[in-house]
Amino acid sequence: MSEGAASEGGRGSSTARGTGTPRPRARRWRRLAGPQNRTLWFWAFVGPFTLGLIVFTYVPLGWSVYLSFFDAHNTVSPTDFVGFDNYTSMLKNDAFTDSLWTFVVFTAFIVPTTFVLSLSLALMVNRMRRAQAFLRSVFFLPAACSYVVAALIWKMSIFNGVRFGLANTVLGWFGADQTAWLSTTDPPWYWLVIVTVRLWLQAGFYMILFLAGLQRISPTLYEAAAVDGARPGWQVLRHITLPQLRTTSVAVVLLLVINAFQAFDEFYNLLSDARGYPPYARPPLVYLYYTALGQGQNLGLGSAGAVLLALIIAVVTIGQARWFGLGKKED
Amino acid sequence: MTIDRRTLLASGAALGLLTACGSNTGRGGDGSDGEGPKLSQWYHQYGEAGTEQAVKRYADAYGKADVAVQWRPGNYDEQTAAALLTKSGPDVFEVNGPTLDQIQGGQVLDLTDLLDGVRDDFNPAVLAPKTYDGRIWAIPQVVDMQLLYYRKSLLADAGRTPPKSLGELVDTARALTTKKVKGLFLGNDGGAGALGGTPLYAAGLQLVTDDGKVGFDDPAAARALAHLRDLYEDKSLLLGAPSDWSDPSAFVQGLTAMQWSGLWALPAVKKALGDDFGVAAFPAAGPGGKAAVPVGAYGSAVSARSAHKQAAKDFVKWLWVEKTDYQRDFALSYGFHIPARLSLAKKADALTEGPAADAVRHSTESGFAEPLLWTPASRVAYQDALSRIIKSGANPESELRSVVRKVSAELDRVKKKSS
Repeated sequence: MSEGAASEGGRGSSTARGTGTPRPRARRWRRLAGPQNRTLWFWAFVGPFTLGLIVFTYVPLGWSVYLSFFDAHNTVSPTDFVGFDNYTSMLKNDAFTDSLWTFVVFTAFIVPTTFVLSLSLALMVNRMRRAQAFLRSVFFLPAACSYVVAALIWKMSIFNGVRFGLANTVLGWFGADQTAWLSTTDPPWYWLVIVTVRLWLQAGFYMILFLAGLQRISPTLYEAAAVDGARPGWQVLRHITLPQLRTTSVAVVLLLVINAFQAFDEFYNLLSDARGYPPYARPPLVYLYYTALGQGQNLGLGSAGAVLLALIIAVVTIGQARWFGLGKKED
Repeated sequence: MTIDRRTLLASGAALGLLTACGSNTGRGGDGSDGEGPKLSQWYHQYGEAGTEQAVKRYADAYGKADVAVQWRPGNYDEQTAAALLTKSGPDVFEVNGPTLDQIQGGQVLDLTDLLDGVRDDFNPAVLAPKTYDGRIWAIPQVVDMQLLYYRKSLLADAGRTPPKSLGELVDTARALTTKKVKGLFLGNDGGAGALGGTPLYAAGLQLVTDDGKVGFDDPAAARALAHLRDLYEDKSLLLGAPSDWSDPSAFVQGLTAMQWSGLWALPAVKKALGDDFGVAAFPAAGPGGKAAVPVGAYGSAVSARSAHKQAAKDFVKWLWVEKTDYQRDFALSYGFHIPARLSLAKKADALTEGPAADAVRHSTESGFAEPLLWTPASRVAYQDALSRIIKSGANPESELRSVVRKVSAELDRVKKKSS
């Protein structure tokens, strides 16, 4: 904003003086401002965002790469250059590699599950003749809830480990013992808590995307298929609906994977306590948070981990885009 | 430590009262407070009602500087660590440390001269982790200790006495576990976080030896930790309680018959259970072992980036060295803590009878403090291993071997830095 205002002021004064002052200056100004001041307005609108992007994204990004080559304990202006030591120790660190596996397992599970669940919700809601708007809202509403709030509800009231937690109360009716959902690693019940909270939160949102896709499919296609003798149900779904939903599906999968990469909120709020975080279900972001920003404040090692993670994300995203042929012109 | 609605409302009301008084007598009127430099002082959020008002009262009473107290809920260690990187952090702050890297990185000021003449009056067990290279980097505020609370009536019903050995603790916890009540609560993570190095000290070992080597490279360590796995496997442990080990709620609500918690919780337990409880140290593990209780202290430190270093040091000296009546009030009026000054601890009437007296006795007989060389990186490596041993049944020997390797590498790193 301030930039735009300043340029405005500048223009005003130059035209005011324009009557008596030499021409070249005004001409140069006009060239800079572009035809009909378009360049000026371009920067007035884009400038603040570019500035924000540079200050809050690119500078920290570059700084973090810089830090990753230093022994930076408790400092952001380190002097002790260590080369690739941080990278080798991070790659040799089994806690970090474990966290990458945690993340792979989580993604491999949450992406297909959310996909199937939101698609089935969309198919069901789409077939409703009455109360469609109502059901759509009901399923979408959880998307408006924050991850932190939902995680706390899951942790404190639904899946707490004592006998009066909701899950344990229900199981208690059938005579089962109380289960400490978040503390049991064998079988790993904590995944049930983590996965259900995320499903509840995001299934509705992707359902809306699928619904939009479904409503774009022309009814004539279904009529033609019926005339050709396609059986309603699986055959129609497999050969008409799914191919027609291809672009929506690609977008949904990409969004789901990116969201899984960013997993932090519900993990941190479900599993951390005052003394730290258990060694299981610890995705990379949580691990790096503790390494770099915890009491250890090992910013060099943490940055090296962040750079490695960024590289992995870049490779996966590019690979995925290639695989789906994203950005190619088709149809 | 969570806050419930009642404490929130109570502290809100008390805060209202306090500010109402403040406007009558404080800064605006005579201006005596406004003259000195502005200092900011940070505290972590204490769970006990009244603590926040008390520290604000102390700060307001200081005449030579305008001290503004910040009460910081949430991840305090992370907050201070990040704030120390900038000038906008606190001048004076309490810290569960400072860590060795903070000292070596020159982030906190040397406070040795503040203790001239009274150094011997500070509890040596908690002063040691604040001392590095013979210099003192934080003034201990109060001594905190952790210990085992047990319900006398429940133990008597089961025909048990307070456990004297770790094996006995396992048996007792199993005997006390019923369909509705669990035997023992060591925290929602099964004890890895709350106990930390305590089982090792109970086995007669140490985290780091005096000459800076790994102190638990010994088969006794694995045997002690295996007992914790037994507790978990017997399903005697309470897990997933709404509030964690530092809060006595699970114990007073009858969810568990025994709980590991802090001395700070004693007034709340006494209020809820009357005489129906006792305290014990963490019992000895194995033949070479002895009972152990962890002691520690939040210390008051001065940031090296403070704009008013001398004023900040003067304030710390005034509050935590000279004003013994405030130190006494802070230690004993809001939850129980042992005063960090030996002379005050002797005079603390509240700590001379009942379970409180037992607790103080345990702290002098069996107290240990985590050494300064036990850095956060070592703690994470050990805690991860302990959690895997307890919950997943990982082999204690092989887990400990990898911890020993990581901790010696970490010890080498910090020693290299100091030389």
